[in-house]
Amino acid sequence: MSIVTVQLGQCGNQIGHEVFSALCSDIRGTHGLCSKKENESYQESCKERFFCEEESGVPAARAVLVDMEPKVISQTLSMAASSGHWKYNSHSHFCQKQGSGNNWANGYRVHGPRHKEAIMELVQKEAEKCDRLGGFFTIMSMAGGTGSGLGAFVTQCLRDAFPTSFLLNHVIWPYGTGEVIVQNYNSVLTLSHLYHSSDALLVHENDVIHKICAQLMNIKQISFRDVNQVIAHQLGSVFQPTHTAGGGSGYSRNPLGDLLEPLVPHPEFRLLGLRNIPQMPQSSLAFSSFSWPGLLKHLRQILIANAHMEEGIDWQVRPPQPGSSIPSTNKPLHFNTSIANLVILRGKDVHSVDVGSFQDPSLYTSWLNPQDAFNAWKTPRAFNKYEKSAALVSNSQFLLKPLDSIVGKAWNMFASKAYLHQYTKFGIQEEDFLDCFTTLEQVISSYTNL
Amino acid sequence: MTQSVVVQVGQCGNQVGCRFWDLALREHAAVNKKGIYDEALSSFFRNVDTRSGDNGPDIYKGKICSLKARALLIDMEEGVVNEILQGPLRDVFDSKQLITDVSGSGNNWAVGHKIYGCQYQENIVEKLRKAAEHCDCLQCFFIIHSMGGGTGSGLGTFVLNLLEEEFPEVYRFVTSVYPSGEDDVITSPYNSVLAMKELNEHADCVLPIENESLFEIVNKIHQMINSGKLGSTVKQNSLVTSSAGSVKTLQEKPFDAMNNIVANLLLNLTSSARFEGSLNMDLNEISMNLVPFPRLHYLVSSLTPLYTLADVNVPSRRLDQMFSDAFSRDHQLIQADPKHSLYLACALLVRGNVQVSDLRRNIERLKPSLHFVSWNQEGWKTGLCSVPPVGHSHSLLALANNTCVKPTFIELKDRFMKLYKKKAHLHHYLQIDGMEQSCFSEAISSLSDLIEEYNELDAAKGGPRIDPSRLKIAV
Repeated sequence: MSIVTVQLGQCGNQIGHEVFSALCSDIRGTHGLCSKKENESYQESCKERFFCEEESGVPAARAVLVDMEPKVISQTLSMAASSGHWKYNSHSHFCQKQGSGNNWANGYRVHGPRHKEAIMELVQKEAEKCDRLGGFFTIMSMAGGTGSGLGAFVTQCLRDAFPTSFLLNHVIWPYGTGEVIVQNYNSVLTLSHLYHSSDALLVHENDVIHKICAQLMNIKQISFRDVNQVIAHQLGSVFQPTHTAGGGSGYSRNPLGDLLEPLVPHPEFRLLGLRNIPQMPQSSLAFSSFSWPGLLKHLRQILIANAHMEEGIDWQVRPPQPGSSIPSTNKPLHFNTSIANLVILRGKDVHSVDVGSFQDPSLYTSWLNPQDAFNAWKTPRAFNKYEKSAALVSNSQFLLKPLDSIVGKAWNMFASKAYLHQYTKFGIQEEDFLDCFTTLEQVISSYTNL
Repeated sequence: MTQSVVVQVGQCGNQVGCRFWDLALREHAAVNKKGIYDEALSSFFRNVDTRSGDNGPDIYKGKICSLKARALLIDMEEGVVNEILQGPLRDVFDSKQLITDVSGSGNNWAVGHKIYGCQYQENIVEKLRKAAEHCDCLQCFFIIHSMGGGTGSGLGTFVLNLLEEEFPEVYRFVTSVYPSGEDDVITSPYNSVLAMKELNEHADCVLPIENESLFEIVNKIHQMINSGKLGSTVKQNSLVTSSAGSVKTLQEKPFDAMNNIVANLLLNLTSSARFEGSLNMDLNEISMNLVPFPRLHYLVSSLTPLYTLADVNVPSRRLDQMFSDAFSRDHQLIQADPKHSLYLACALLVRGNVQVSDLRRNIERLKPSLHFVSWNQEGWKTGLCSVPPVGHSHSLLALANNTCVKPTFIELKDRFMKLYKKKAHLHHYLQIDGMEQSCFSEAISSLSDLIEEYNELDAAKGGPRIDPSRLKIAV
């Protein structure tokens, strides 16, 4: 099954490019640590999922690029083409001239309706090229105007036009200390709207990835390109072909469905966090070796203690004692309660791995059976030159604090009525803001009371 | 890609404007080696096929034929504009972009606004429309003028009004040179306050500039160069005051160095809209992020570095110094100290080889010493443009919406009241058709209201921070 990616705004397009780049470079490598046959099957599966064969022989990404100003798209298209190994279809992009001015209302109420037809036509064309459409993956930031506002509008359109397809939004949360002054308003508006149309929101936070670049990747002068490459690696580790549990010998034929169905059992809980281990500079890979028990032990503690990476984990945090029924308010502080988790293992000796520690009922809320709440996918073909790698996609309280922080800051600003005239100018009124705040306070409350 | 049109009004406006066009050509020449007319150039220049004369068609792609500035030059005296037309920039302007008269405005806002405004209204609108027609997607008008005289101040603000009426969707950024205390024009307080009312009501963003600050910066640079303290030679074309490498190579006029600073301000402001970068900052984003309430749209600007040394290797220490300088008193383009006042919002536009980690590191470092308003504690807007200015490997433009503009306005009000109480020179204004006492009282009232808005924000500054309580959800 194929996935159509929609890249929205500067961030969405810059990341999208890195993702396709990473996927392509992974399948071209001969470091799969598996049989030739297995490798070929993996390549075929990845290609079918993300690329379309064109007459020129160079695979074209199944993607639609959207932005309200031309500079980023033209850069993205040319960077892809110059790689020589993949490209974007020359017609699958839409751009305008003026940008959205970091104004969510402009993106949602003005650009959205105005350009709906043109954008959806491009999406339709890409969808038709797929033998079997597995769903949509959108990439956007929520701090700006296009990715956030137009992105929210396009998500709604996708939902309306393809009501039975899976729809996963990849959302980038901005640095806490500001990239855009009205980022908290834009974030609140985006998240509340996406919550109503999307199946799930897969989140990456700039602050977290920045730390990974600094501490694990040892990059001195971190650029957005570095950040985006780490994000691309993490996404690749989830979306490259996998053998799902009980899936026989072939690769999963329904990547988005297999991902979303177990992880989002309840519509109130749609926020997914992503962790990946190990992460290190490419140059160190040859000198490092890991054991599966070691990796899983760290990954489990990352989950429980809500850590962001394998350094600086708080090993003091423990799950609550099993057996006793503890009201949620008395649960140990800093303990991250999960609704559902998915662990994706790739590489050497993967079938011998024991994932029992993740099935511990004390990790989860009481209303799901731990057998249903946890899934593991094991794939022997190694990913991106890592001999062993493990990814965790988690529907848990990972994002509770950051979400609460964003809503708090936005509310603070809203109380002073600052910048509201910029939004009302384009048709978003105070009442619209209040509705969004209400939606998100509800989400915060639900996750808090797990 | 969008286009902008520059409207330069009056002597000061045209002299600064002239420096702007000169340095803009220099900047694009440095980046555009192949002589192809690209999108970046098109934001400020048209490419005209002049082989058959000045009225040739616009060429949208391909080699540069003849670049014409997207500008309107307005002056009620001929001296300055004539000089521009006889100088090395004469081919950049088209005779159809000029509006001049002979007698000047006599340093009288009313003459500029009411008399010449009325007289030239149609002509101005027609020329603006023409300029707009040549644009594929017009995003912004830049007005450059001074506040203290008659033409720039009066006619300039009249044009501002016209722009709002005729092109309501297009942003209006105004670069205003404010008179200093020892200004030799006695009526400059009247002219300035009358103009302020118009800026309050019709501008999207105002970048106030004070001659004193420009003068101090020029002096500082001279001192540094002449003191011999600098280990190696300064790159001439990197001086924020320099015309080196531009078309104008003959003797520099007295205000050229100061005007170059303002020209550089405008170039840096628009750089991210013209050139690519990893985090673009367009002009509409500046307005969106820096103007929390419609009338509080006065932005204090600072440019760093003022010069670059010839040795190219720049350790990150020097990069950090650039950020620190942007917040120091000496680098502001008005006599104000933002560090000791209250920030409503702040934007940092970085050019050159600077990455997001450098930006973050410096924001973290400088934040503790700055006071931000309680509802915007993380009020930073950032932009990264890959193309540095000529002569530099990197540069920073900081724009602050800060209550430190208040003293400038209060002083202006005081100087105004001194004259107004005695009704000094008032008759020169009141005898103009359309001027009444109420014009004055409304203008001073508008300024007082603005000062009061800043006062209210300052008053809340030191107080205890009480966050408003959040919405409660029934569990």
